[in-house]
Amino acid sequence: MEYFLQLFFSGITKGSIYALIALGYTMVYGIIQLINFAHGEIYMIGAFTALIAAGVLSLFNFPVAAIFIIATLVAILYSSSYGYTIEKVAYKPLRNAPRLSALISAIGMSIFLQNYVLLAQTSDFLPFPSITPEIKFIKPYENILSSSGFLIIMFTVIAMILLSLFIKFTRTGKAMRATAQDKKMALLLGINVDRVISTTFVIGSALAALGGVLIASHIGQINFFIGFIAGIKAFTAAVLGGIGSIPGAVLGALILGLTESFSTGYISSDYQDVFAFILLVVILIFKPSGILGKKTDQKV
Amino acid sequence: MKSFFKLLVMSVIFVVSSMSVFAADTIKLGVAGAHSGDLASYGIPTSRAVQFVVDEYNKNGGIDGKKIELLIEDDECKPEKAVNAATKLMSQGADAVVGHICSGPTKAALPIYLSQMIPVISPSATSPILTQSGDYPNFFRTIAPDDAQARLEVDFAINALNLKKIAIIHDKGDYGKGLAEYARSFLKETDNVEIVLFEGVTPGALDYSAVVQKIKNSEADGVIFGGYHPEASKIVSQMRKKNIDIPFISDDGVKDNKFIKVAGKYAEGVYATGPKDVSSNALAIEAEKKHKDKYGDQSGAFYLNGYAAAQAILNAIDKADSTDPDAIMKALRTYYVETSLGRIKFDEKGDAIGVGFSVYQVQNGEYVEQNF
Repeated sequence: MEYFLQLFFSGITKGSIYALIALGYTMVYGIIQLINFAHGEIYMIGAFTALIAAGVLSLFNFPVAAIFIIATLVAILYSSSYGYTIEKVAYKPLRNAPRLSALISAIGMSIFLQNYVLLAQTSDFLPFPSITPEIKFIKPYENILSSSGFLIIMFTVIAMILLSLFIKFTRTGKAMRATAQDKKMALLLGINVDRVISTTFVIGSALAALGGVLIASHIGQINFFIGFIAGIKAFTAAVLGGIGSIPGAVLGALILGLTESFSTGYISSDYQDVFAFILLVVILIFKPSGILGKKTDQKV
Repeated sequence: MKSFFKLLVMSVIFVVSSMSVFAADTIKLGVAGAHSGDLASYGIPTSRAVQFVVDEYNKNGGIDGKKIELLIEDDECKPEKAVNAATKLMSQGADAVVGHICSGPTKAALPIYLSQMIPVISPSATSPILTQSGDYPNFFRTIAPDDAQARLEVDFAINALNLKKIAIIHDKGDYGKGLAEYARSFLKETDNVEIVLFEGVTPGALDYSAVVQKIKNSEADGVIFGGYHPEASKIVSQMRKKNIDIPFISDDGVKDNKFIKVAGKYAEGVYATGPKDVSSNALAIEAEKKHKDKYGDQSGAFYLNGYAAAQAILNAIDKADSTDPDAIMKALRTYYVETSLGRIKFDEKGDAIGVGFSVYQVQNGEYVEQNF
């Protein structure tokens, strides 16, 4: 039973990692039907920014909690400005072009950012300090869940709740939903669609940066390529849950994480990806739009 | 044009050497390997090394008054050419052969030498079966076989650390998985030791906690990991964070200072095998100096192994006081000899004792060689 719980929480932690990144994918897709392949790179840049900020702050002997908070805020700020700029530079000029053009632009952006960090920083793995506060669990639980895992789960839950509330109850959230439903109609009703799209990118990037800090602190190392694999997995999770749906992204990520964890635990880690993708295929066969995805009729 | 020149040089050497066949009493040492073609850079350093050693002997009057004469043959690292080279060396009456360079040609040529029991000593053929099959009692080598690291890891785990239940993890790559499979086969041959886990992990994954849980659940008392340092540092960190303090033994993909830098405090106590350090060996320094003086640059691949091979075989001929193959082979197996790779002799199967890998442990942020 303990083993089961350990695997379960390991899966939840992994799923939460995927979820933090998947939220950005799904939000952007929901608004402009674009798969933002550069999203994984935003996550990576967030982690690098936090590493640099934490390095500077630790020179001044800041307490750990302060380093964590300040580094995370700096990472969020920096990554959000990247997200904003990427949208303006790479996607906005292509808004009325065929969707494939924007997709290629996204892939190009992803490769550009990877190589930019490779050149500006290093190709080596860098150690990432454990800047998340240590939480001591009482005896029977300490082996089940690590404190960084716990923080990742907490932040994912909080981020998802806040995001849902934001979209449901604020004016900007309402504008986002309207833009997602019909961009042209929203424009006619006086909604500043450009600003809505920018906001979406900024929020998505902020979440990715938060994820970057938490995850890098959890695994203890980063390099310029971490965004690629994380991005692929998070994208899979978003598709699994129904791309465009926020609870769907989290659900899909958790299912993906649990599948990987249990297939490693009870079968073999050699096949963890095989089982994860078999699951994806099976779900897409029976629910082509993902678990919580809405079936969209072709607009005529 | 270049290859024509090489051919000319080779034929001159050949003519000179075949002329001197009739020149009275000499010891004939064959050198076979790739001296032209794509893989020439693997073979040329060895023939240079052998030349240096032989010159040194001849300057001091040879062995028991007999000068040593070199017979150099090119096999281009191709099995069919290796067979020709071997036949030619035999017909010229080679007493012993340093070569061949690549494993495939070595295997092809060995049966020919075996027919007259000529001792063959390779500086670079690493295929495990050459020695372990027992088919070639006349074969020796001054390089560790491919499975040497796995063998060392297993010996260390069992004899030095007394492990009984071992988990083997690898990164699914050629190098990591290959090592892990060798380690598994060695462990299977050993009594009282159980392999409780054999798993591959995906390189670059975000989180290895499920595998770490599995290691814990398997009640392993040690982990052997085949792979590179990024995965090793992630797995070790997650193990230590979960209070799994069992020994972690890995390979020279991990014996890298980057591992210590990235894993930080979690790297402490980790074992990794890596090539033996010969940089402080006086003979190795001398050998490198000779190369630098004559050719003006750093030596190439297997140079020190070739140097050691020549030293070992000539020493054995000296000790045996004859060119009788059985006597030479007995001397190779009996007497330790100081070479550029350190003090070595050969085991029954023909692998060099004292050549190859050592176990290192991370202590205070540095790799420290372990003696066991």
